[in-house]
Amino acid sequence: MAFDLGKKNILILGVIVIALVFLVQLFYLQILDEEYKVTAENNAYRYDVRYPARGLIMDRNKKILAGNETAYDIMITPYEVKPFDTLDLCNIFDLDYLEVRGKLKEYRKNRRRIGFQSMPFVKQATSIQYTIFLEKAYKFPGFSAVSRTIRNYPYNSGANLLGYITEADTSFLRKNPEYRRGDYIGKTGIEQSYEEVLKGKKGHNIFLRDVHNQVKSSFADGKYDLEAVPGMSIISTIDAELQQYGELLMRNKIGSLVAIEPSTGEILTLVSSPGIDVTKLATINKYYSELVNDPLKPLFNRAVMSPYPPGSVFKLVNALVGLEEGVLDSDTRYSCSGGYHVGRGVACHPHPSPTDLTRSIMMSCNTYYCHVFRNIIDNPKYSSVTEGFIRWKEMVESFGFGKKLGTDFPAEQGGTLPSTGTYDKIHGKDKWKSLSIISLAIGQGEIGTTPLHLANFAATVANRGYYIVPHVVRGSPDTLINTEYREKNYTKVSTANFEKIIEGMFLAVNSPPGSGATASRVAVKGLDICGKTGTAQNPHGKDHSVFICFAPRDNPKIAIVAYIENAGFGATWAAPIASLLTEMYLTRKIERKDMEAFILQGDLIGNTTVR
Amino acid sequence: MIRGNEYKQLDWQLILCYLILMLIGWVSIFSAVYDEEHGHILDITQRYGMQFIWIVTSVVIAFIVLFVIDPKIYSTLAWLIYGGSLLLLLAVIFLGIEVNGSNSWFEFGPVRFQPAEISKIATTMALASLMSGYNFRFKSIEGYAKIALIILIPMAIIVMQKETGSALIYGAFILMLYREGLSGWYISLGIMAILLFLITLSSSPFVAVIVLTSIMVIARGVLSRRAIVHLLGLAALLPLMILSPRMGDIPAISQKIDLPDVFWLSTIIVPLLLLHIISAIKSKFKLYQNIALSFVLAVILIFSVEFFFERILKDHQRARIENLLGINVDLKGAGYNVHQSKIAIGSGGFWGKGFLQGTQTKFNFVPEQSTDFIFCTVGEEWGFVGSSFLIFLYLFMIIRIYNLAEKQKDTFNRVYGYSLASIMFLHFFINIGMTIGIMPVIGIPLPFVSYGGSSLWSFTLFLFIFIRLDLDRRK
Repeated sequence: MAFDLGKKNILILGVIVIALVFLVQLFYLQILDEEYKVTAENNAYRYDVRYPARGLIMDRNKKILAGNETAYDIMITPYEVKPFDTLDLCNIFDLDYLEVRGKLKEYRKNRRRIGFQSMPFVKQATSIQYTIFLEKAYKFPGFSAVSRTIRNYPYNSGANLLGYITEADTSFLRKNPEYRRGDYIGKTGIEQSYEEVLKGKKGHNIFLRDVHNQVKSSFADGKYDLEAVPGMSIISTIDAELQQYGELLMRNKIGSLVAIEPSTGEILTLVSSPGIDVTKLATINKYYSELVNDPLKPLFNRAVMSPYPPGSVFKLVNALVGLEEGVLDSDTRYSCSGGYHVGRGVACHPHPSPTDLTRSIMMSCNTYYCHVFRNIIDNPKYSSVTEGFIRWKEMVESFGFGKKLGTDFPAEQGGTLPSTGTYDKIHGKDKWKSLSIISLAIGQGEIGTTPLHLANFAATVANRGYYIVPHVVRGSPDTLINTEYREKNYTKVSTANFEKIIEGMFLAVNSPPGSGATASRVAVKGLDICGKTGTAQNPHGKDHSVFICFAPRDNPKIAIVAYIENAGFGATWAAPIASLLTEMYLTRKIERKDMEAFILQGDLIGNTTVR
Repeated sequence: MIRGNEYKQLDWQLILCYLILMLIGWVSIFSAVYDEEHGHILDITQRYGMQFIWIVTSVVIAFIVLFVIDPKIYSTLAWLIYGGSLLLLLAVIFLGIEVNGSNSWFEFGPVRFQPAEISKIATTMALASLMSGYNFRFKSIEGYAKIALIILIPMAIIVMQKETGSALIYGAFILMLYREGLSGWYISLGIMAILLFLITLSSSPFVAVIVLTSIMVIARGVLSRRAIVHLLGLAALLPLMILSPRMGDIPAISQKIDLPDVFWLSTIIVPLLLLHIISAIKSKFKLYQNIALSFVLAVILIFSVEFFFERILKDHQRARIENLLGINVDLKGAGYNVHQSKIAIGSGGFWGKGFLQGTQTKFNFVPEQSTDFIFCTVGEEWGFVGSSFLIFLYLFMIIRIYNLAEKQKDTFNRVYGYSLASIMFLHFFINIGMTIGIMPVIGIPLPFVSYGGSSLWSFTLFLFIFIRLDLDRRK
């Protein structure tokens, strides 16, 4: 040989090389390759999942909004299936024979990949079907029943608020590997936001099987079995009865009704109409395509997602900013001759003139706020229109407009506020003046606020200057979940200035009829409702009817927005609805039966051109 | 006969390894067939209870070999023992019982015995005796013939018993013969043949010929001391060879002839080969002639692979090889054992699942788990750490025996030692190799570890005779 190692050493070298090859292969099998470990578990164990009961959702008075009842999923373990009477099984569960045949064929084709796993075959069988199945179970090897809890809803309300539960889909599973196919998850509403709290922990019973695929024993006498941990219940801030009444009022109307307890930011009622019918909620999959294709979009939660022009309600914001900026005082008066006649001009409705601040709110004078708004923007304190606008925007943003408030409700939208850029684009840089953007004076134009924003604004006024982020969940029976919803968010407007506009809001409701007050018809003696109407122009038809209010004037207990699409004057529909809700909350009964009847009979859905 | 303190000079390292291996085997068998009803490790209705008996009797055999029997009788009686073993091998075909389709077992009451195990020792002794003979000349036709006969006779009988696996083990003697003077070419040729066989099966003769040519060019380069020239040549040659079938795409040619890839390849290789043969004859360098001869033999082999594979191998043997190469994997059939075995070993992870915690082996997923597939239990319950330990133990023993054998002054002892180490090595290689999926399934036990009396007894005998022979050198 050319290189002489000695024959003994060559042999030894050979032995060492083989040993090294073995070690490498072992390293690969035992450490690098995960596949064999997974296969091993499928091979030997049979996991029977124990599903936990989902946590309950209760209202603020611990009445159950979303409860549980038992349904049965019929599981199939394809590996264990032997020929059986397919027709018999179809009869029990009311299945289509051909469909079942197809399914079984599919399983047979993929049986190696499926291994010993079980998968749902019939979902949410009724207890009658379950009982029949149990009797005949011996005829269907490879099929078994697992009890699942599904939702029931004792109160016929709050469907959009609560959200629903449904089986996790593929894209969800890919993002959340801790879930398995067949698990239920919360979708939308509280079910989604508080999935982590509500879901509980799955448990399992482990059985060992041998190579003949027979379950040999409970593994280690059940030592490693895991009890399912039920999900934690949740106490929401919702008032179930008020929610139900709110939905009643909003029936056959398109829009939102949101009520907040100002001192805590707790959402008492959140109605988006039309919404999902609660009776469809538990088995929503059956109705899903119907709901998705409904032109009135019942799945779309308008209360937190839809940006609307706030309309005259926004005059309050401009008044507050004006007061804080020193360009307006309680005594400031402007006369109104049916509109503001500068530039393109802004029309106004007939009312006594001139008005001071209080009466401008009470009678909702457009002209007054054109003056106020121009004074804010053209304030000589600031070097340019742009600077004045930036200051205005800063103040407005401090009320939470134009951004997500950070509520615990999913899918909340931030609405829109214009920026200097917006106008630079429309008019050219530095080419715009206060007059170009005058629509903002009366809450029209390039501004979008969700009903939640407006309700939050009502609460801010009620609190005289601060808000607590509105939220729908208070805690679980033993703990407070939402400690972050304690903080007071102060606006950039001082408390004293709030008192000045509240007088106007009080008079807007509580002035005698004929005085020019916009909402005098919704006054309730003793409740001291303070409110502001709005009539928001929009490109979709008739004006939106808007009303915000809080009551009582001192130590307010409730702040409300009613936003009814294409319903006309704020005073006609929104104000009565909001005031009825106020009355219901504060007195727990309705004295004004005729007004209630008027609202309940109102059917405004035809007003909206479906888009 | 050992007197006084001589026992202290025994090779205690080997004896310790031997004891540890037996213990690992016993514990693993216990784990593999454990069930709660027969919880006691000494319950002789179960295999672990029986294995305890085999272990005890093996220790007795070891003691007798060390302290009672005069080691001189092995060389004296070698031919008698060899003859006796041949008789047993023949007798078992007619008198033995059938187990798993092979006629290789004697049954005496509860005890089963496989003469093939003893025959390995007898053949070793015969070879040792022959080669230590005063007037034996290895490199003669007569010498080769005698050696071949001694090895092939028992092999042939064992093949007749349908125990192909055990017969393969006799191939280990080639390693001993290599030490005793056989040219390295034969081993290289053997390894290359296996390699080419596998490449031909798993891809195609075309690829095999390319690989073969590359090996040959490299070999020639190494031998000619102009390695760089040859490597550069190879680099140029490789793309040529790989692309040669493209010649068929040239329109002018393709209309006239339509040939398989390999024929296009030959148009490049044949001129090169002729060139090489001419230079080999000119230079009279014997190794060059060897290269040419090897090449021709290998090409013949490559083209007979299909015949051999389809016609000579039995269905189950073919299935095992196809499975190993991933050609035709059937996890329920031929591939089942190895797949389950890999699952069991793989699921052990780094530290293993712990004693009696293995689920794959315990619940009968792995067939033959206490005999041929015992390594699965070790892999599953003791993980990478335990498996590596076992491998190191064998590595240590085999290397130690080779080293001790080399030191023997007596040819008989040396041949015996080399044979022992080589046979142990081949068992180790094939057995563990098949459980981890790098060898086809060949049913032979893991020495000292697998369940079974006759295997344990004969390996004990085999090993301790050597330890006793080695003692004489030290005195």
